[in-house]
Amino acid sequence: MIELVIDSRCTQCNLCVQVCPTNVFDPVINGSPVIARQSDCQTCNMCELYCQADALYVSPDCEHSSGVNEAEITASGRLGEFRRNSGWDEWSNHPNHKNLHHQMGEMFARGAQMKKSR
Amino acid sequence: MVIPINLDIEADVLVIGGGLSGAWSAIAAAQQGASVVLVDKGYCGTSGVTATAGPGHWWVDPDHRDEAIRVQSSRSGGLADPGWMARVLDTTWRILPTLASYYPFPVDDQGITQYRALRGPEYLRALRQMAEDLGVRILDHSPALELLLHRDGSVAGARGIRRQAGGGSWCVRAGAVILATGGCAFMSRLLGSQTNTGDGYLMAVEAGAELSGMEFSNYYTVAPIYSTQTRSASYVFATYFDSDGAELDIDWGDGNRSLAKALLAGRVFCNLARMPQDLRDRLSQIQPAVLLSFARQGIDPFTDKFEVTLRGEGTVRGSGGIRIIDENCQTSVPGLFAVGDAATRELIAGAISGGGAQNSAWALTSGYFAGRGAARLVRGSGRRVHEEGIAIGKAGIHPAHSVMALDTRAIIAGVQQEMEPFDKNIFRSGVGLRGSLTRLDALWQDVRNHLYAEGVDLIKARESAALVATARWCYTAAFTRQESRGMHIRDDAPMPDPRFTHRLLVGGLDQVWTQLDEGSEPESIASEAA
Repeated sequence: MIELVIDSRCTQCNLCVQVCPTNVFDPVINGSPVIARQSDCQTCNMCELYCQADALYVSPDCEHSSGVNEAEITASGRLGEFRRNSGWDEWSNHPNHKNLHHQMGEMFARGAQMKKSR
Repeated sequence: MVIPINLDIEADVLVIGGGLSGAWSAIAAAQQGASVVLVDKGYCGTSGVTATAGPGHWWVDPDHRDEAIRVQSSRSGGLADPGWMARVLDTTWRILPTLASYYPFPVDDQGITQYRALRGPEYLRALRQMAEDLGVRILDHSPALELLLHRDGSVAGARGIRRQAGGGSWCVRAGAVILATGGCAFMSRLLGSQTNTGDGYLMAVEAGAELSGMEFSNYYTVAPIYSTQTRSASYVFATYFDSDGAELDIDWGDGNRSLAKALLAGRVFCNLARMPQDLRDRLSQIQPAVLLSFARQGIDPFTDKFEVTLRGEGTVRGSGGIRIIDENCQTSVPGLFAVGDAATRELIAGAISGGGAQNSAWALTSGYFAGRGAARLVRGSGRRVHEEGIAIGKAGIHPAHSVMALDTRAIIAGVQQEMEPFDKNIFRSGVGLRGSLTRLDALWQDVRNHLYAEGVDLIKARESAALVATARWCYTAAFTRQESRGMHIRDDAPMPDPRFTHRLLVGGLDQVWTQLDEGSEPESIASEAA
């Protein structure tokens, strides 16, 4: 679930407040949005995708708050990873992040083939 | 503190829900020249099970359609309709490429444009942009609470809450309403489904519509136990183990029944060691969230064994939903349309799960049919906004008796205790279903008699009511269908019974009823015989 809004990166654009499908954030006047309803988070990572400042971190654990540490996450290089992997915004023409989603079919076919031959 | 501001507007067509089918509905209606309002509980672009996933459409070139329809018919338990399949395949083929100026369809190594499979977030962002460019007015964070009806029983609009506008209300008067509220996975933590609480079913049934195929609501998908990542593609390479490390024989093709059986016996672990290296290297570009989720949890899925579970998909990958009665996806309530996972998908999937491919194609085409049909209907009959529109919501909004302090979390937990356990919902029996229904009926009595909340808390009250109601429709249908067909497998009636080669309708609120839809001729059976 959503764990961090990183103040030093946040531009206070409040896009996360708008795009979160479960209304987890509240805007703050002259401040970064706050995580107001963490338990409503559905761990879908959509907020990270829309955060151009890479100021949000969603932990993959959907049941428990992992209490991650801001300094550690910032140092890990994981901020903005989902946006990069998705070739979103400024990453859209990056050769390492081309949209290969259409290769899902190949994945299924090879898995099925392997299963058959076992 | 935001001062609540109420919003009263008029439109030709109101679309409730901004996922895949709702967005296509709004686009199709606007292309017909209709004025369109789309309301979403969350945000049109991120809401729903498509935005968070990667839909590959049922995408078959014209030369191979007869074969695809024949194969699908043979798997459908005799409940699908080849004519509808042909319409859906043809419309998907024609309409999906029209998104090209909004979605950059990739070109593969052979220079062929790839239309079939899209990434969810990009797909929904593109649809939103296209809808806005066509003049669709989108109200985000505006969950619908109830429908409005004219005196003659036709739909007159809907009203709801603006949860980011201080809990003010919205009311849209419209000549046609399209329910695109998604399926219901009972808040199982299936990816993207937390807002899909069956609201559309409840609104439709209150208005007098029926549901169909609600017994086909027990598909489950594998995920790491801590995670919402029900992205199952990688698991074609999975090896499963019990707690002692012994390899388990999990049949990949049995609708996850063998995995469910193993999970009932104990904890189950998994790795993806069989995935070839070249696919591992590309996985982040094929499914951007999957490896990221593992890495953040400190798991290398190719070498580490990680614990897995099954997440219930309810009617999301089930095939049941609101019954539609004509080729425009209209329900039996005049002017009320149902699309996507909110509508029954038995027409193309029958008793099995259509999976992501059929469901995506259905979301697109049902949205297209309904949007176009709704716009044409209003062009003929007008918006009728000067007639009285009566709000008809009951459970969770207007309790039948005294208001009592009910904990919605307890109500939802009560529903989940019946709908999630594999031994209740996957391995079904008459005795088990009857026991569940007794408990769900008691929950319904509490809800309809006493549940009420104010302001934005009304949203949760209404969701709770919809979840209880949906569970009762699913299990009443499952209890009535005393046979096994498709995903609905009764341990006490393990074979198909020819008398049940019909769709099963279910409806009603206090008294839930069922009726075999004798009008649903098993055409696929006829075509198979021929």
